[in-house]
Amino acid sequence: MTAMVQANMQIDTGIGQPIVSLKGISKTFSNGTVALNNLSLDIRQGEFVSLLGPSGCGKSTALRIITSLTSPSSGRVEWPMEESRQKDHELSFVFQEPTLMPWATVFGNVWLPLRLKGVSKKAAYDEVMEALKGVGLDQFADSYPRELSGGMKMRVSIARALVTKPKLLLMDEPFAALDEITRFKLNNDLLRLWETFGWTVIFVTHSVFESVYLSNRIVVMAARPGRVVNDMAIDAPYPRDEDFRTSPVYSGFCRNVSEALHEAMKSGDHL
Amino acid sequence: MTIDIADKTPLPAAGAEIPLDAEEMKRARSARRETIGRWVLPVIILLLSVYLWDRVCVWNEIPHYILPRPGQVFETLLADWGILSVALINTLKITFGALLIATLGGLGLAVLFTQSKWIEISFFPFAVILQVTPIIAIAPLILIYVDSITAGLLICAWIVAFFPILSNTTLGLNSADHNLQNLFRLYGASRWQTLRFLRLPAAMPYFLGGLKIAGGLSLIGAIVAEFVAGSAGSGSGLANQILEASYRLNMPRMFAALILISVTGILIFLTMNLLSHLLLRKWHESALKREI
Repeated sequence: MTAMVQANMQIDTGIGQPIVSLKGISKTFSNGTVALNNLSLDIRQGEFVSLLGPSGCGKSTALRIITSLTSPSSGRVEWPMEESRQKDHELSFVFQEPTLMPWATVFGNVWLPLRLKGVSKKAAYDEVMEALKGVGLDQFADSYPRELSGGMKMRVSIARALVTKPKLLLMDEPFAALDEITRFKLNNDLLRLWETFGWTVIFVTHSVFESVYLSNRIVVMAARPGRVVNDMAIDAPYPRDEDFRTSPVYSGFCRNVSEALHEAMKSGDHL
Repeated sequence: MTIDIADKTPLPAAGAEIPLDAEEMKRARSARRETIGRWVLPVIILLLSVYLWDRVCVWNEIPHYILPRPGQVFETLLADWGILSVALINTLKITFGALLIATLGGLGLAVLFTQSKWIEISFFPFAVILQVTPIIAIAPLILIYVDSITAGLLICAWIVAFFPILSNTTLGLNSADHNLQNLFRLYGASRWQTLRFLRLPAAMPYFLGGLKIAGGLSLIGAIVAEFVAGSAGSGSGLANQILEASYRLNMPRMFAALILISVTGILIFLTMNLLSHLLLRKWHESALKREI
């Protein structure tokens, strides 16, 4: 709910205080792969941060460590804005696949996070429908996931993430499997929702163009071992739309970020 | 952003129906033929084979105490209905009793196994031992140790029927999507919630697959146990009728009892198929009609 209050202040870059801090995170998998080496990163409130890098640079691992689905080998994750020992962090996660329950309707899928918190169907109805309306799927509440297209499934996944009104939204290459037209459309929708709700977003992607279009900060990572090599601000004003996508400012940023990414790839030993 | 579901292009007016061309007519005809054939063909084959059975008896002048004609079997079925129906009901009681216990037991054990790795490690081998030892070899022991014949029969039929449910459901409970499991963890779901909202629904198709096998097996188990028990009297089932009729070379009654067993098996199979279809038709790939 507090996220709603801050909706207006997040348009400017980096004025919030850190919502989550990674301090010297390293992760070595049991097979010896060093996924992350001494990663330190502050994510400030209201930011739209993209983690950009080649595969194997540990960007997804970093996301999983923030959610505590994976525990770091060393280092720690701090939540400066939270009460002392809050059980659940107010975050939502959008996976690369829509990850819907095939046996439940669209409504049932979006209801799930609330249901797990003990909210009855009746009590959750308004919130679920509001979330569905937010992604334009309120007409499809009674459909089953198999009846929807790939893009619509992803919308349901996003609706499920926003029904809990999270402070932090983590997205792990959510649009990677979609066609370009759907992807552009969902990019716009995501930006609109971000501007409305004032979340902080951490968005993992391997697309330069997507990251520049969406974010106000891009963290470029390199692989083997996974580490941050560049931290760039994309200080183009929001709201961004199709005009921005074709503007020289946009292509300028894309060129810079591409160069940074190439540097990152060169510094690695692969390919 | 909003998805337009209203179709903007106007549909052709009802009067202006486009006539089907030859190709379309052909496709529609073959579709209709297939729907009818699916039901009619098996029936025709069945009737034909019964007729052939009858003819073979007549042509070769086979005496009825070796191979009765279908007509005689049918007459016996009606004439002996009093005895046979009691036997049928007794067999059905054992079959469905065993199926019920097997379902509850198999499901319960599967849930228990997935809750604790140690319980699974400790007890799964015993489930396997029960399954791989032929029931006909254990049945005499069980029937000696257990006083009540009904209970003995139930135990035998249960042993045969519970394993497919247990192993299928265990597999199903463990095959819930990993990302969904992560999602449940992320939202702080309790063990019970994960079981109730994720693992059990995910296991449903597997469980129903096990149930289909168990339905047939519980009938087999019941019949085998009856053979071993070999008891006559009030509790006797269809297998006892077959045994008794065989002592008297009453071939028509043996066939009549056999037909009742087969029909029971077929009905159980169809019921399980229907149940599975009803529970899965909304979402599971196996129950969906594919558009080609």
